[in-house]
Amino acid sequence: MRRTQVIAEGRGEMLGWHEPDENRAWVRDNKSRALVDKRTTLAQAVETWIPDGSFIAIGGFGHVRVPMALIYEIVRQRRRNLALAGKTAVHDCDVLVGSGCVNRVEAAYSFGHELRGLSAASRRKVESGACTVVAENSNAGYQWRFLAAMMGLPFVPTRLMLGTETLKESCAIVIEDPFTGKPVALLPACYPDVALLHVPRADKFGNCQIDGILVEDYELSRAARRVIVTTEQIVDEEVIRQRPWHTAIPYHVVDAVIEVPFAAHPCNMPYLYFFDEEHIAEWRTLSKTQEGAQAYLDKYVFGVPDFAAYLELVGGAQRMEELRRIELLES
Amino acid sequence: MPNHDYTQTELLVTVASSLLEDRKSAILGTGLPLLAGLLAQKTHAPSLLLIFEAGGVGAQVPRLPVSVGDSRTFFRATMAGSMHDVMSAGQAGHIDYGFLGAAQIDRYGNLNTTVLGPHNLPNVRLPGSGGAADIGSFSWQTIVIMQQDRRRFVRKLDFLTTPGYLDGPGARERAGLPYGTGPYRIITPLGLYDFEPESKQMRLIAVHPGVTVEAALTASEFELLVAEQVATTAAPTAEQLAIMHELDPAGLIVGR
Repeated sequence: MRRTQVIAEGRGEMLGWHEPDENRAWVRDNKSRALVDKRTTLAQAVETWIPDGSFIAIGGFGHVRVPMALIYEIVRQRRRNLALAGKTAVHDCDVLVGSGCVNRVEAAYSFGHELRGLSAASRRKVESGACTVVAENSNAGYQWRFLAAMMGLPFVPTRLMLGTETLKESCAIVIEDPFTGKPVALLPACYPDVALLHVPRADKFGNCQIDGILVEDYELSRAARRVIVTTEQIVDEEVIRQRPWHTAIPYHVVDAVIEVPFAAHPCNMPYLYFFDEEHIAEWRTLSKTQEGAQAYLDKYVFGVPDFAAYLELVGGAQRMEELRRIELLES
Repeated sequence: MPNHDYTQTELLVTVASSLLEDRKSAILGTGLPLLAGLLAQKTHAPSLLLIFEAGGVGAQVPRLPVSVGDSRTFFRATMAGSMHDVMSAGQAGHIDYGFLGAAQIDRYGNLNTTVLGPHNLPNVRLPGSGGAADIGSFSWQTIVIMQQDRRRFVRKLDFLTTPGYLDGPGARERAGLPYGTGPYRIITPLGLYDFEPESKQMRLIAVHPGVTVEAALTASEFELLVAEQVATTAAPTAEQLAIMHELDPAGLIVGR
């Protein structure tokens, strides 16, 4: 038998790794196949499924279709020592690191706000050592870690990041590919403890439809051990069964479903509402200092009993209608 | 600098846009690369296939997206796909142009977008690779738009996030990266650069109107090669300026 030759090995921490047979057994024993009502509340879901120290991964694209209502609830319940998949992490990462809930990140894209610039709150935590980047990755690399996990494989081979320090600080291993003889980067499977996703439509069992791009929710939802879904709307089971080819996430991987309209605010929910740039700017301005970030959290998270009260505070139905019109290019 | 009726940003976007040929595919990074791609599609390259890393394919983008995953990136698209789909397409050879920004670059076109200072406790933490290391690995031709001075054009990167030609000719292939790929053009406020085919080192091929060759060459910590003929880039036309402002009515880029 030909021996595998290891050419290089990244020194990053392997967040979310499980040996495939161990994870199969865990899935057999812990994931229910029963078609049961999984509706719950934000507070209950965070309390039940996200203990301190969990490794969490968030769906969508960092500030697009992200479950902000769940993120605010994590902050409200003052979770600590969470690790975050910085897959493409934007506003979600900034709030979770900035609030002190997350102190470890595997970074593909983190601590930035894309076109808006860098993220002061989370950068401050990294530059002071309060938050540690335990590994680097790339966007493709991260979603392929989830792909390996959803396939029940130990790794996925890729041709990316080779020759870079991104790879040196990642958890990849480079070997000589036995088929071509060329170097190939193996990315280990990643099974987050909990995935938090937001979708436009789900039934009470957890079958989810997604409008627009899937980003990597398809892979992530099947890779994570526990999956919490917020949905703009709970629909009847018949809506799912009439068009089963529209189901992006099947019920048997989902553990909790919560109906929360506008749960992605101030982020973008495709076809429903655009970014609330004024609100994001308020966070970005305030969070330039630690005191400002705290003032924001005191007002919008700790100062309100729940997400419905938060929505009223940020402008209520009138503001949501304005954001709908921007999304649909009507204004 | 001479008087002109366009800004530096508008000039950069125009020059960048002119590099993109029609009937090719481009995967665009946030910011200036995105606006350059949209401008190309609205002018000389109407069938430029725009692809976004979060899953948007073939969009007719109505306004400048804030994010490479927001809903504008799949507006009137031919497909709202997934990251797996798009990154796989790239790895399989479907992406002609990758279009990126960077904080630092070296003579071989390697890029840093991860940290300034040491990795374990950085002076400045930047976002990291994002899709850049992927796009710079698999695109047939990678284009970079960035600022230029001696802290950005450096002998040694603080961190090598995205592969250029690594340490010289043949290094990409030896490392296992897809064959025949690599940096193609670098655009800065001073000029336009390619990579000399033998040495794979960065070479000045054009300066912008009013910029001297010397100004471009001294704004680099490493020694830049110079083409025998250094051209002057074309200023934006009135039509290009109008389209840019139509695409970016809030002035997110053109207002800079």
